[in-house]
Amino acid sequence: MILQVAFIYFAAVTVFSALMVITRKNPVHCALYMLAVFTHVAGLFVLLDAEFVAAVQVLVYAGAILVLFLFVIMLFRGDGMKDKARFVSGWPIVAPIAIALMGLLMSILMHSGFSGAQGSYTIEAVRSAGNSQVIGMALYTDYLFPFEIASVILLVAMVGAIVLAKKKAD
Amino acid sequence: MGLAELGIYTLMTLLGIVVVFAFTMLNSAYLTYYERKVMGHMQARVGPMHTGPHGLLQPLADGIKLFFKEDIIPAKADRKVFVLAPLMALVPALAAYAVVPFGPSITLFGHSIHLYITDLNIGVLYVLALSSLGAYGIIMAGWSSNSKYSLMGGLRSASQVISYEIPMGLAIISVLMMTGSLSLVDITRGQEHIWNIVYQPVAFVIYMIAGIAETNRAPFDLPEAENELVAGFHVEYSGMRFAYFFMAEYANMLMVSCIAVVLFLGGWNPIIPRSLFESVPIFGQYLGFLGDPAVWWFIIKIYAFFFMFLWIRATLPRLRYDQLMRLGWKILIPVALGNILVTGLIKVLVQ
Repeated sequence: MILQVAFIYFAAVTVFSALMVITRKNPVHCALYMLAVFTHVAGLFVLLDAEFVAAVQVLVYAGAILVLFLFVIMLFRGDGMKDKARFVSGWPIVAPIAIALMGLLMSILMHSGFSGAQGSYTIEAVRSAGNSQVIGMALYTDYLFPFEIASVILLVAMVGAIVLAKKKAD
Repeated sequence: MGLAELGIYTLMTLLGIVVVFAFTMLNSAYLTYYERKVMGHMQARVGPMHTGPHGLLQPLADGIKLFFKEDIIPAKADRKVFVLAPLMALVPALAAYAVVPFGPSITLFGHSIHLYITDLNIGVLYVLALSSLGAYGIIMAGWSSNSKYSLMGGLRSASQVISYEIPMGLAIISVLMMTGSLSLVDITRGQEHIWNIVYQPVAFVIYMIAGIAETNRAPFDLPEAENELVAGFHVEYSGMRFAYFFMAEYANMLMVSCIAVVLFLGGWNPIIPRSLFESVPIFGQYLGFLGDPAVWWFIIKIYAFFFMFLWIRATLPRLRYDQLMRLGWKILIPVALGNILVTGLIKVLVQ
């Protein structure tokens, strides 16, 4: 009962804030609604017993990435965007198509018999070993190679950014 | 769980929250007094003296003053964000206290009561996540005030918080490698014999520097450098809203102290064993009146660590912006990474 109420709250605020992100005219307001989206998605993760993901969601997305977003937006002062229309002119035609596609996706999900975690990491296994422990084990045993590849890609992006910035400075 | 048990559980949790909240608020108020007194004596002054004996009522007077001051919102400010910003600073600062273990379980009226609100298995991450949210209060205040000084203060603070979160996280990782748990209660229990600072002195120093930078304290108080930025991000704030920022700053400093004590200084574990106290003739009999000594050890350690904040503030001049960034990225992060490497190597070799 309490879980249902909590889910409805988190889901409703997430959807509402997501709508506000794309409809507000002031980019700083958009970014702050984005913060609400991130924190409430973290709440949804907690409801799914995924505390580790929830904490990382707040730590990385809200605490680091969005701060950088805000940083850049604040430096631009954002006044240039205020007078412009928020959407392209054809949006009344596109919106129903998007909503129809979403309905299709939801109906597929509802009839597919999708029933949560499959494989060796069942809900019971995760609960008994602890959330962070299970993620750590999975990342450093089964998915070690993809994990390392991902870190190399991030490193490349970082080096790339530094190289680009250096060229401009000279 | 029966209904009566659930009721008691809910009541005890609520009571715990109220107690921790009161503790934090009272401490945030009296830490200002502590700071003014310590700073005063370090500079050969006496600090506040006039309100109450030795100025003990000064925080109360300050609180009343701020409460009754006129609340001004600048005409060109973004009202909603301006009003929200102090709360965004204060709420994460207070929420982080939910996982601080003040003491172990005690038995009271036949019920076992643990002296922390909750023991999350991701405790450390929870604290880190909330402390990273604290930056929003500062950024929002800086932007919504519509003043160039505020904006510059907010920008500086944001970049500082992001930069110093990384060495702080890396320093904490090397502690986690020692204990193998993210739960603050487990970390405390793991230090019953030897504190982590013995194994991880480098991580402790990095954590301390990063903690001072995260809370925007001297010598890293560039976001509020008064000779450049008037007062930084809160220059347009007055009255109670200003007080919220002030409380948030002190709550954050207290939080950094709490986490330092839990991670490195043994948490609630006693400095002097309890049996030694009980052997003192008259004093030992009255020990029970003081409540659980573990809590007192914890508080003594917090205050001792907090003293370092004040000591450093009274000693060191403010860093320049490029020095701050160089220290964070070019010194602290490599050293913290090296520390993790060495810790891992030693752990593997010992096994």
